[in-house]
Amino acid sequence: MKIDVKKIAKLSKLTLTASEEKEFGGQLNNIVEYIEKLNAIDTKGIEPTAQVTGLKNVTRNDNYTDDMLTQEQALSGDKNVHNGLFVVDKLVDTNK
Amino acid sequence: MDITNFTISDILNGYKEKKFSVGEIIKFYLERIDKLNPELNAFVTIDENAIKNAKDLDNSLARKRFNSQPLFGIPLGIKDMFLTKDVRTTAGSKVLENYIPPYSATAVTKLIDAGAISLGKLNCDAWAHGSSGENSDFGNTLNPWNKDYVPGGSSSGSAVSVAASLVPFATGTDTGGSIRLPASFTNTVGLKPTYGLVSRYGVIAMASSLDSIGHFTKTVEDSATILNVTAGADGYDSTVAKREKENYLKDLNKDIKGLKIGVPKEYVTNALDKDTKQVFEKSIKTLGDLGAEVIEVSLPNTDYAIATYYIIQPSEVSSNLARYDGIRFGNDRSYFGKEAKRRIMLGTFTLSSGYYDAYYKKAMQVRTLIIKDFTDVFSKVDALVAPVSPTPAWKFGSKNDPLQMYLSDALTVPVNLAGIPAISVPAGFSENKLPIGIQFIGPHFSEKLLFQIGSSFEKKTEHYKQTPLLR
Repeated sequence: MKIDVKKIAKLSKLTLTASEEKEFGGQLNNIVEYIEKLNAIDTKGIEPTAQVTGLKNVTRNDNYTDDMLTQEQALSGDKNVHNGLFVVDKLVDTNK
Repeated sequence: MDITNFTISDILNGYKEKKFSVGEIIKFYLERIDKLNPELNAFVTIDENAIKNAKDLDNSLARKRFNSQPLFGIPLGIKDMFLTKDVRTTAGSKVLENYIPPYSATAVTKLIDAGAISLGKLNCDAWAHGSSGENSDFGNTLNPWNKDYVPGGSSSGSAVSVAASLVPFATGTDTGGSIRLPASFTNTVGLKPTYGLVSRYGVIAMASSLDSIGHFTKTVEDSATILNVTAGADGYDSTVAKREKENYLKDLNKDIKGLKIGVPKEYVTNALDKDTKQVFEKSIKTLGDLGAEVIEVSLPNTDYAIATYYIIQPSEVSSNLARYDGIRFGNDRSYFGKEAKRRIMLGTFTLSSGYYDAYYKKAMQVRTLIIKDFTDVFSKVDALVAPVSPTPAWKFGSKNDPLQMYLSDALTVPVNLAGIPAISVPAGFSENKLPIGIQFIGPHFSEKLLFQIGSSFEKKTEHYKQTPLLR
């Protein structure tokens, strides 16, 4: 299977330069070719393992306010805040 | 008094006998960091509160806590994947170049509550992606045994800080070998605990079904001392099993007579470097001399581990790194380095519509088979012994192809896929004096047994007493 690097970069929300596209294209296709060695194993009827602990239905403490960051702490990583809120770019252009 | 190469227990004994104060110890290590770090580049951030924190422990009231705090006044280095409240945490990436976390990881909080004093944050491959340590956005950390050679990754700064005695212990994370590999390249002890034994809360996530929180020390005894502090549920990580607390120091002095230790034949192939093979064979003989019964066993699906791992891990990486949008904290996605970009794209591809069954689901099924290999073998033997890396450390820049780099993890990733514990201990040196480690591997939650075997081996061989010559 060949990777369409342009498409995958878009899905990953990464911007690549033309030379990166070329470099990654070659490398990723090599890696994919390697991982396809799994096709040699018959896995019909084998249960997939998503996690190894065997734990089930683990729920967290309901008193979520116990561990909450303060508003000030939650905003502390961003310089661009206004009235206690994150400032973000406009997502929808209403003029079009 | 030369306190280079002090272990945790040496320092604790010194405090007990009032040979030195906490302030003196902290000052010694900070001066050593000052002198050696500019070249080694193990620390990326120094904790400016260390001297004040040491002074606080030296007052007579605090001194009374000596008996109740197992790490009273012990200097600590923290891999930069662990959040530290009010101290910059970068994950080795420019994306988080200026990130100051508002809370600390559970493992860090537990160590500090036990009396440890953080000296700062340690360099690592960005987002813990790497086997050599060459992927940090903050420059390479150098191997103190030979500065032309890689220290191993991803916990490069952690391994080097302990090997060069900049701290007596450091935290690390092991998703596919990131503790064991650098430990084996630097003559240090590296523990990768059972998945779900130590809380991952507040540790920057790499691949969530594989990440394991461990540490580097000079000796096996010190490793057990640290696990006594870090193990156990905190209510913030739903994968941590609620289990009765164990004392990992308990069986340290028990001999290993009659224990059955398996050598997986798929790990000892012609792909092994000559020196690595020689050191490994000598180690097996030592285990025999100690009374263990060493037998050959088979883990038939070993050859598929890297392919399985390089589907599951990038898939989870792509999902975990999706949160870095540069809006609430950190820089935007253009700051990701090349290796992170590669893994994000690889994982996005294997999870993308139409390919999920062919790659991700297939890998999860093979993972089941790899786990079964271990379950079967542990019905015949108590533990396994194997080389950690097919070769000793390599020269900087000598592995340029990503796939070749990935294959360096061939002997470490099966353990992560199975979620079982392993400990890397020093086993000898190559002809050109580069350290070589071996790993002991056990069933889930068998850390006490691994410490017992590791400690017996260490007492007999004493490789940890050898230290790199540093000016």
